[in-house]
Amino acid sequence: MAAGAGPFLKLEGIRKEFGAFTALRDIRLEVPQGEFVCFLGPSGCGKTTLLRIIAGLEQQSAGSIHQNGRDISALPPAQRDYGIVFQSYALFPNLSIYDNVAYGLVNRRAGRAAINARVSELLQLVGLRDEGAKYPAQLSGGQQQRVALARALATSPGLLLLDEPLSALDAIVRVHLRQEIRALQQRLGVTTIMVTHDQEEALSMADRIVVMNQGVIDQIGTPLEIYREPATPFVADFVGKVNMLQATVESPGCVRIGQRRFEGALCNGSTGRSVRAYLRPEDIVARPISDGDSNVIDSTIEKVEFLGSYCLVKVSAQGMEQTPLTVYLSLNFLSEQNLAAGSALKLRVLAERMRIFEA
Amino acid sequence: MTGATLAAAAVRQRVHWTDRTAHVALGLLALALIAFLAGPLFAILAQSVESPKGAFVGLDNFFDYFGTPALANSLWNSVWVSLLVTAVVVPAAFAFAYAIARSCMPLKDLFRILAMTPLLAPSLLSAISFIYWFGNQGVLKAWMQALGFDQIYGAPGIVLSQIFSVFPHALLILVTALSLADARLYEAADALGTSAARKFFTITLPGAKYGLASAAMVSFTLVITDFGIPKVIGGNFNVLSTDVFKLVIGQQDFQKGAVVGIFLLAPALLTFVVDRFVQRKQTSMLGARAVPYSPKPSRGFDLAMTGYCTFVLLLMLAVLGMAIFASFVKFWPYDLSFSVRHYVLGLVDSEAGAAFRNSLTLALCTSIAGTAVVFGGAYLVEKTRGANWLRPGVQLLALLPMAVPGLVLGLGYIFFFNAPNNPLNFLYHSMAILVLCTIIHFYTTGHLTALTALKALDTEFESVSASLKVPYWKTFWRVTLPICTPALVDISRYFFINAMTTISAVVFLYSPDTLLISITILSLDEAGEPGAAAAMAVLIVAASLLASTIYLGIGRLVERRTQAWRTSK
Repeated sequence: MAAGAGPFLKLEGIRKEFGAFTALRDIRLEVPQGEFVCFLGPSGCGKTTLLRIIAGLEQQSAGSIHQNGRDISALPPAQRDYGIVFQSYALFPNLSIYDNVAYGLVNRRAGRAAINARVSELLQLVGLRDEGAKYPAQLSGGQQQRVALARALATSPGLLLLDEPLSALDAIVRVHLRQEIRALQQRLGVTTIMVTHDQEEALSMADRIVVMNQGVIDQIGTPLEIYREPATPFVADFVGKVNMLQATVESPGCVRIGQRRFEGALCNGSTGRSVRAYLRPEDIVARPISDGDSNVIDSTIEKVEFLGSYCLVKVSAQGMEQTPLTVYLSLNFLSEQNLAAGSALKLRVLAERMRIFEA
Repeated sequence: MTGATLAAAAVRQRVHWTDRTAHVALGLLALALIAFLAGPLFAILAQSVESPKGAFVGLDNFFDYFGTPALANSLWNSVWVSLLVTAVVVPAAFAFAYAIARSCMPLKDLFRILAMTPLLAPSLLSAISFIYWFGNQGVLKAWMQALGFDQIYGAPGIVLSQIFSVFPHALLILVTALSLADARLYEAADALGTSAARKFFTITLPGAKYGLASAAMVSFTLVITDFGIPKVIGGNFNVLSTDVFKLVIGQQDFQKGAVVGIFLLAPALLTFVVDRFVQRKQTSMLGARAVPYSPKPSRGFDLAMTGYCTFVLLLMLAVLGMAIFASFVKFWPYDLSFSVRHYVLGLVDSEAGAAFRNSLTLALCTSIAGTAVVFGGAYLVEKTRGANWLRPGVQLLALLPMAVPGLVLGLGYIFFFNAPNNPLNFLYHSMAILVLCTIIHFYTTGHLTALTALKALDTEFESVSASLKVPYWKTFWRVTLPICTPALVDISRYFFINAMTTISAVVFLYSPDTLLISITILSLDEAGEPGAAAAMAVLIVAASLLASTIYLGIGRLVERRTQAWRTSK
């Protein structure tokens, strides 16, 4: 296969066993050149193990990895082509920032001037132009992670691996740095894989997200696909907030929840079977509602949880008293309508947004 | 190949040639540990079940041993003396450690450092000193006899001397144990209005119980395996360690010697196993969120503690001071005027001058070679990849020396290297074998120090280096080694001082050309020159002290040069 023709990175049938425990089973994944992919999942789902297998730091029990058309399945880390950034930064504490970034360059016997130019360029790139003489301990966490990024990129690797790079940082720095990393990645066009357990991070940064659960890939898709069209109940539950509702299929396109029927749901197959309907809070809307609209429910507000500009409102709908619903309502709307716990409220359910899974 | 068969085939990562070098080094280390530790130990086991002609005789040697009342009696003597010393040392050291860790006693650091001074001397220095205090011509002989002890030679002398020399070992362990306290427990107890005594018995003592167990085991082992003290002050009171020497060197009865060696190995092995278990417990007791305890001033208590520690230090000073004083006295007890005649006699007239040079050579070689081997070994075990089947074995062999008393190790070396068919036989009676034996003897402490330092480093340094295609030795040289230099200095000092003061292992192995200063103390004492013996012991203390000071200077220098990044904030 010629380089550039197929996917840049191709994993086939990757399996990993630790003794009797199977950490990964039958992982298949193709990553095109220049894409930013996030491995997303709860701790223990195998995402970091998979990243370390791609890096050659762990050895897969079975399966093959091709990078840029080359079979790297059995190659030691030093013979693969990637840069890596760890959650702990792993900066060499006794070397200056300059020496840290130059660490991989010195070994390539590049001339001193060339190294100098490259290090300056990288430090400029990550916004630390004047910090070269300092030691890592003199920088903040966010700055240290930028240095780690510069060090990983110094040798212009074809693949950038990020192992929870933002988890050790505080919230504000994290939000700032994730946009920076994304912008840098797009500028350099380097194929990137990032491991994270933070769905917001994955949704905001990735071209595609690989959602993993208990050693298997549940879904691969763009952030919007993952959010709007979760392939499994796990994905629906893990990414974003969701109302999980016990429902019964009445007829094609119609489900019953409690005593209420909802038209326009995307469901087929035999009628009368019980299913689970997953509905995002924002897919239950308070306005606009016109008189002829279907799927409108009368509800009573039970509890308002104040989150800032939006509030998480728990309502009990007529005919569905068994299953309280959670909706997002803007603070402005609540105060305009003078709504509080106990108030009555009309809501419209966007039934076509419901994801129906077999119970 | 179809996808199915591809998936079924097990994947084996190719080994990079740089990693291969690490595997070779690890293999060489394993071979060295087998040759210089496992081999000698196995030789003891083999000797104990063989006849002098080399035929297998089962447990006959053991039955023989117990059939000889004089020998069986030594076993009992060793046990009760060791128990008695342990029973005195552990509470005494606990009180001292309590003062250091839990009171606001002034000059704490000074107290702690002074209490460690016995570590700078060979253990038998205290025995020589007690002879000057209570011996036939001792200053306070009458006091002792008034207390009902006829003479110091024998069990009383051994017990007293051992208490002095074992005290700092127990203290070290107990200070560590008592320093690991969670202040929140005491605050909770205070909030509940708990009395001081109840806090002591419900929080402090349970918190230190593993340390107490460890201190007791270590004390017992040190006493039962010590050779110098019973040799000097034991008189006709026989113990295992003097028996083994008489049996092997005097009577050439290797078989019974091996049997005694196994008796000496048993408590040490047990201590080792218990200690490993205890340490795991001790560290897991203190979570990451514990708040370090800091004592609050309390006048009466602090004063009492200061008084007690001063008293202990005065006793220590009396022991150490007497040895120094006696070494400078013209003719004890008749002419107490100042003289360096004992030093002259020791260094010039006897072979002690050459022996002193030998000891320095041994200490230097051990401190350099030992540090290199121990740190390199710990690095290979902890930080390199691949060859995982080798690691547990090397780790076990690195920990084992702690469980092997010097006397037993020395015995094993005789059996193993003196065997004519051993290709390493040429080492016998050389300086090299003394260096090797001393490195192995003190291997574990150095190994653990190195491991602790290495474990503090980010585990991903090696991964990052590999991703940057930098071979591991470059990262070792540029990052690992510079960061760990303080630990290297510690390990080197530990080797140096122990090589200066050790007697137990090397007493079996020296030749006329490689006589050591610590051993000349024994021969001078035997030759009826206690003044010269004391002088040589003082000389060792002086050398150890000087070395410690130099190491302190090196440590400061190294810290300034390699640890700048730590304080640069």
